[in-house]
Amino acid sequence: METYTWLRAFADSWHLLFMFVFFIGVFVYILRPGSSKVHDETANMIFRNDDKPSGDDNGPRATSHTEPKEVR
Amino acid sequence: MWDYIKLAVLGVVVVVAAVAASLARDLPYLVHMLVIILAAAITFMWTIRRIGEPVPAANPNEYMDGPIRFGVIATAFWGVVGFLVGVVIAFQLAWPELNFQWAQGYLNFGRLRPLHTSAVIFAFGGNALIASAFYVVQRTSAARLWGGGLAWFVFWGYQIFIVMAATGYVLGSTQGNEYAEPEWLTDLWLTIVWVAFLLVFMGTLINRREPHIYVANWFYMAFIITVAMLHIVNNLAIPVSVFGSRSIPVWSGVQSAMIQWWYGHNAVGFFLTAGFLGMMYYFIPKQAERPVYSYKLSIMHFWALIFLYIWAGPHHLHYTALPDWAQTLGMTFSIMLWMPSWGGMINGLMTLSGAWDKLRTDPIIRMMVVSVGFYGMATFEGPMMSIKAVNSLSHYTDWTIGHVHSGALGWNGMITFGMLYYLVPKLWQRQGLYSLRLVSWHFWLATIGIVLYAASMWVTGIMEGLMWREVDAQGFLVNSFADTVAAKFPMYVVRGLGGTLFLLGAIIMCYNLWKTVTSTAERKPARVAGAVPAE
Repeated sequence: METYTWLRAFADSWHLLFMFVFFIGVFVYILRPGSSKVHDETANMIFRNDDKPSGDDNGPRATSHTEPKEVR
Repeated sequence: MWDYIKLAVLGVVVVVAAVAASLARDLPYLVHMLVIILAAAITFMWTIRRIGEPVPAANPNEYMDGPIRFGVIATAFWGVVGFLVGVVIAFQLAWPELNFQWAQGYLNFGRLRPLHTSAVIFAFGGNALIASAFYVVQRTSAARLWGGGLAWFVFWGYQIFIVMAATGYVLGSTQGNEYAEPEWLTDLWLTIVWVAFLLVFMGTLINRREPHIYVANWFYMAFIITVAMLHIVNNLAIPVSVFGSRSIPVWSGVQSAMIQWWYGHNAVGFFLTAGFLGMMYYFIPKQAERPVYSYKLSIMHFWALIFLYIWAGPHHLHYTALPDWAQTLGMTFSIMLWMPSWGGMINGLMTLSGAWDKLRTDPIIRMMVVSVGFYGMATFEGPMMSIKAVNSLSHYTDWTIGHVHSGALGWNGMITFGMLYYLVPKLWQRQGLYSLRLVSWHFWLATIGIVLYAASMWVTGIMEGLMWREVDAQGFLVNSFADTVAAKFPMYVVRGLGGTLFLLGAIIMCYNLWKTVTSTAERKPARVAGAVPAE
């Protein structure tokens, strides 16, 4: 088969399906149970570490800095 | 050792560029080589004067704000330059005599127009995006910028790109692709700088000390990666000679047109929208001191925006040789874009819920809110204009120019001004801005300027669209093209006036920011005891 033909056929069948399922999957994942806590935490992350990076050896997580300004 | 390698490379660059300059086949190429020689020589001198000196170790417990400060200055500077050129070409359209005979071939409308568009989009907008991306990614990752001096390379490399592009336009070096005018050499340089930008950004994200990637960083990331992809694909070209600025594009015919507008519209979608949304999602919550209205909505905004925008390009090619199905596809996706755009607008505006009183007291918030309002208006107008029936009236008229400017001046301009007003006191450790009154002045001048601009372009655009299609009882066209040009004169004057007000506002901003840095009290050391002030 010609390259264009099979690429075209693939694009508007399997790849279209993949994109659609991925897109819907993203929305399902966003709305998954328990996501609100993570989202609130992340939304408030911008209110810390304004002046300097978080301490050097407390690894990837610095819960001590967590002072949510506002929790909705 | 590293310094000696740097010196050797810079020396080789100077020599190679000097040889290329002497073999140059055209003036723009010669000028570009001189720019490269100058930049490499200055860097050489700068390096050699510091050789052997102890290098102050970069402190990982401080943010790297140097390149951001320079980026803020460059944003303000290129903003004024770009607006000024815009005002000049607006008046050139109203009074063609301003295409001076003595400057013919250099400063006439055709040469200055790409200078204006690139200066505002890539120099003003690009510097704002790079500076704010560096600021936001550090604060939301709680980590210093990755890559040591690479961030400096990104800043200075980008300024060299701007200078090469600008000199090229004035001297007539262009690919003729809207918003992608620079020729192959400038394109290659931008590619290198952009990859460095991506590395700095991603490196910082990977080093992050926060568990999650804040949504603004997603937008910045999409902006950086997509612009790289667009830039490379649309600029695939074969140079006529390595010693000349001309090149022949790989694409031809309708494929070339489609790729150009796939690039062009996604330059709007990812450069002017996704990148600036990154700013919106950080600076509006910060200035309002409230978290974003709905974090869930912001993630949906992100995914829907990037999934839909990439298909919208064909609406620039309605009623052309592009296949009908592709035109309809572009139109359909443009209309679907209403949803994420308005979701994002609502998210930005509602961030102020419970803090609306700030609108009365804080002119910076006012600027940001108007900016988001213009985002909503422009993203309503755009899909509407992409509908084929509407497009048959609006296409090729000044309505398009009005639409672009309500997005560019209103959304991009205002959010950038808001960002600058927020950042300057932070970056220079000042207690606050020099004058809020001047911010108010800027706000009103800019807003009235935009209204004059957009309104006059609606009137003139719809008028000329209607005049072009008017036929008499015998089926002959009623108006000649020159009739429409003559009828547009008053609106062109109003448009120039609107641009002048906008420029005036930006000059006031520069004065205000200058005074903020030079003559306001220094901010007290950070609230946390024992904190080290940022750089």
